[in-house]
Amino acid sequence: MQFAMLTKRIIACLDVDGGRVVKGVKFLNLRDAGDPAELALAHSEAGADEIVLLDISATAEKRKTLLETVRRTARQLFIPFTVGGGIRSLDDASAVFDAGADKVSLNSAAVAHPELITQIAERFGSQAAIVAIDAKRMNESRSYQVFVAGGRTATGRDACDWAREAESRGAGEILLTSIDRDGTGMGFDCELTTAISTSLRIPVIASGGAGSAAHFADVFRDGHADAALAASILHYGITKLGHLKQELAAAGIPMRWPC
Amino acid sequence: MSIAIVDYGAGNLTSVKKAFDWLGHEAIITTDPEKVYRAARVVVPGVGHFAATATIDSNGQRQAIKSAIQAGTPVLGICLGMQWMFASSAEASQLKGLGIFSGECEHFPATVKSPHVGWNQLRCVQTSKLFVNLEQDPFVYFTHSYRAPMDKYTVATCEYGGEFSAAVERDHVFGVQFHPEKSGAPGIKLLEAFCNLPC
Repeated sequence: MQFAMLTKRIIACLDVDGGRVVKGVKFLNLRDAGDPAELALAHSEAGADEIVLLDISATAEKRKTLLETVRRTARQLFIPFTVGGGIRSLDDASAVFDAGADKVSLNSAAVAHPELITQIAERFGSQAAIVAIDAKRMNESRSYQVFVAGGRTATGRDACDWAREAESRGAGEILLTSIDRDGTGMGFDCELTTAISTSLRIPVIASGGAGSAAHFADVFRDGHADAALAASILHYGITKLGHLKQELAAAGIPMRWPC
Repeated sequence: MSIAIVDYGAGNLTSVKKAFDWLGHEAIITTDPEKVYRAARVVVPGVGHFAATATIDSNGQRQAIKSAIQAGTPVLGICLGMQWMFASSAEASQLKGLGIFSGECEHFPATVKSPHVGWNQLRCVQTSKLFVNLEQDPFVYFTHSYRAPMDKYTVATCEYGGEFSAAVERDHVFGVQFHPEKSGAPGIKLLEAFCNLPC
């Protein structure tokens, strides 16, 4: 019997705002897509390998509901659970871990205060510290720049350089989103994913652009991604997660199946 | 049943407690050696650097765990907790593990990405009291940079840059490199079997 190697992960992503799941196109035009706890459990039962919950609340008032949402979501979830959005300090991270998260995802705060990555890695382990990078291709060049604040603010930093720095500061994984592809369904940016993945030793999660099973196969094979994020493709039933994994397994991508 | 989750400052223990809560058992996260010794089940969890296990010695937990084992209490090490049950680890070679299992834990070779993160398949090589209700060779969730060597008590192996010990079992002492609390249904069944062991 042939034993599987480490499988490629399909990670279901829930963008939440004020306790509800929403999803936009290119970070805009948000639509309501349901209750995070219910959706997380449904995705887990359908075969998701992990759940990521990103809080995109803009206001402090809406943020207060985050910990309660995390607690409710974590209660019945027995697969890895990552929470991101608005985590700016070790205390913020500790509160999210106490509420039941296994990993935190840092984005703008890590760019502003890279020492936060190290603090979280030292206290909770590198496996608990994910650095999320939102990258945008610069004109016709092959370089990618890091954007923060939900894709609104350019940092002038090269995505590859920043990913390498994040790794050296203790990040356990990189969650790499292509702003150009986010929510478009045109497929992942394999060039971007390859550039980052092949220059790091830690796993890279590709995000932004999933529209079909073939897109996932492409980013695992050609993009060298270790995992891929799926958001809008899942909530609206465009592709059932179980079907997606079956198709990928049939295409020769190592998958956890049956779940 | 009272379950003591040994807190020695290595990472976040909420998920482990949550899994036992779900199974309807009373689990406490504790630093107190007395509570560890008196518990019906002892769990040595932990993620992070092997150096963190120094705390087990400095606060009296090692003796409590050893006494619990001598008294016949089932003990389960998870991830770093399992590695600590071996003789030592190259990650902090000046420290001594419990030595219930033989050999030194070592880093993954440079030929593979490290850490080993994600779902990988077990190869069950011996019968195990914890795997009784599981399907043969389930997929489970790993996240670690160091791995435990093969031992005569290895009950399940895993392949990543070579074969390593994914689960060990010696009488009523158990170790799993993966995270049963994060491995979906197979993981929960394994924890349930641990709770339901005789004695």
